[in-house]
Amino acid sequence: MTSLTWDRRKDSATRFWRGYRTHRAGLYGLAGLALIALLALAAPLIVGSDVQSVTEAPGTALEPPSAEFPLGTDQFGRSLLGLLIWGARISLLVGLLAAALSVAIGTLVGIIAGHYGGWFSTVVMRITDWFLVMPTLVLAIVLATVMSRSMWTVVLAIGVTSWPTTARLVRAQTIAVESRPYIERATALGGGHRHVMTRHVLPNVMPLVLAQTTLGISTAILTEATLAFLGLGDPTVVSWGGMLQDAREAGAVSSGHWWYLAPPGIAIALVALAFTLCGRAVESVLNPKLGVGR
Amino acid sequence: MTTASTPAHVARADKARATDGASRTGSSLGYLRHAAGKLGGALVSLLAVLVTSFFLFRIIPGDPVKAMTHGVPTSAEQLATLRRQFGLDLPLWQQFTDYCAKALSGDLGTSFQFRAPVGDLIAEKLPATLLLTGVAVVIYSALGLWLGTRSAWRHGGLGDRLNTGIALTLWSVPSFWLGLLLIIVFSVGMGPIPGLFPTGGMESGTGETGFAYVLDVAHHLVLPVVTLVAVGYAQTLLVMRSSLLDEMGGDYLTTARAKGLRDDAVRRRHAVPNALLPTVTMIFINLGHVAAGSILVETVFSWPGLGGLFYQALSVPDLPLVQGLFVVFAGAMILMNLIADLLYPLLDPRVGR
Repeated sequence: MTSLTWDRRKDSATRFWRGYRTHRAGLYGLAGLALIALLALAAPLIVGSDVQSVTEAPGTALEPPSAEFPLGTDQFGRSLLGLLIWGARISLLVGLLAAALSVAIGTLVGIIAGHYGGWFSTVVMRITDWFLVMPTLVLAIVLATVMSRSMWTVVLAIGVTSWPTTARLVRAQTIAVESRPYIERATALGGGHRHVMTRHVLPNVMPLVLAQTTLGISTAILTEATLAFLGLGDPTVVSWGGMLQDAREAGAVSSGHWWYLAPPGIAIALVALAFTLCGRAVESVLNPKLGVGR
Repeated sequence: MTTASTPAHVARADKARATDGASRTGSSLGYLRHAAGKLGGALVSLLAVLVTSFFLFRIIPGDPVKAMTHGVPTSAEQLATLRRQFGLDLPLWQQFTDYCAKALSGDLGTSFQFRAPVGDLIAEKLPATLLLTGVAVVIYSALGLWLGTRSAWRHGGLGDRLNTGIALTLWSVPSFWLGLLLIIVFSVGMGPIPGLFPTGGMESGTGETGFAYVLDVAHHLVLPVVTLVAVGYAQTLLVMRSSLLDEMGGDYLTTARAKGLRDDAVRRRHAVPNALLPTVTMIFINLGHVAAGSILVETVFSWPGLGGLFYQALSVPDLPLVQGLFVVFAGAMILMNLIADLLYPLLDPRVGR
């Protein structure tokens, strides 16, 4: 890689950051994400992995918040604060992986459909449109039901059901990029399909893909929580959705134990909101005409 | 709302769809051609749903009978009987044609758990879901349109930022969690707040009739509807807002102002009707989505509708019922999309000339 390309990339990154900095909501989102990511990464140091252990739980069942357990305990006597911090790991991990999978499929389908065109593109986009009208949540639930219970099932179920919007956007962008003269030049100089797609189209659709990923993560985290709440998540790990399911099963609703129920939901909402704010800021920096506003 | 995509993409996808539909129609003959094309597309989609549900449940789990008897000890004989009963001893292609023929004539199989035809179970629960989602969609569409218009007209101001901020925050909240919290606060009662609303169900079952019964159902309807509206209105708001922002640069608005029209009249008579077009499409698509999205809310509030039935079917898992409901939910989406596609050229005056 020549230093010229590096300089250009550094320039465009600086320009991007200058634009992003003007979006106050995006900055709040970014700060929130940094904090949550730090907590999740440091979880083994703060609470330790034995926080999940049912047999060596430190407290008694369903204690209200106290000095020892700031958020109270669950039905097994585990500290809810500890579980909440530990749960951030799985929620973030599943959210990131599922969004990455979905965006990867969407980008691949979009670039290929946009690049080749013709009847092939028509068929691929028909399939995409069909997926677009599918009720995503129902499809994800059905997939998670018929496959074995594990984190990877959840990632797969979310990933393979939520790619069509990305595919549509990437295809449109691919067609726009390929109408520019430098693509013709690249082809004339002997660049094959693969070269054009990976060296010219892909770098140009990357910003769009980045915005899609950020927005997709918040949806993926919400879907993960939903699946876990329905009992379709991995039963061996603690996640925020799973904590809500536990709370409901422990009768936290009818006995009015709001301190058990409130924190996981607030955590889900905050993370989803942070990713949405970042995604919207990224989107409006890259495409100011969108009218997303500040 | 916990369904698929974020508002911004939906807005764009719908606009793309809308212009796509518009460009193809030219005259009333053109409209008929457009309608026939959309109808054909919907039928193909429906067939694709049948194919998917068939293969999803028959190929992925390996042995459907084993999956059906999940965790229940079953003898080899019983397995063989089950297999014959569900026609699983036939070759795959024959199973498939049988399944499609039956599904198209309305026979969706027999539920495992209730030992009743899936079609009857769904028909029995359908009215409750239609009531809940119908009321919720009407309220949140109206709320979203109103707030979205206000937001866009004074965009960048404090009201706009507050509006968008609250909507985005509520949109990030898991619907089932909000429902549970509302139950704790308003049904179980918390501190000084007494239990104002029932914890679940659709009626008290004390045998009210007439107007008293309507009031009773309405009383049960409040919390589920509030949950659905709170989580869902952000989408309508954001689409309306961005669609109105697009229109606001239009020359015709300057003309309208130059004519001396007051700001209010410019907004109501000129800008909003044009901005409504993509939003209307989205409301129909939402109607399809919300039926599936109500799975969580119905479960939490023990609402006797399709979503609650789906949850019950999942916990067994009652595969014929899950499969039947999947077809119904997907079918509803396809139908609503079709209605939106057919309605669009009729609503847009620029089409049909």
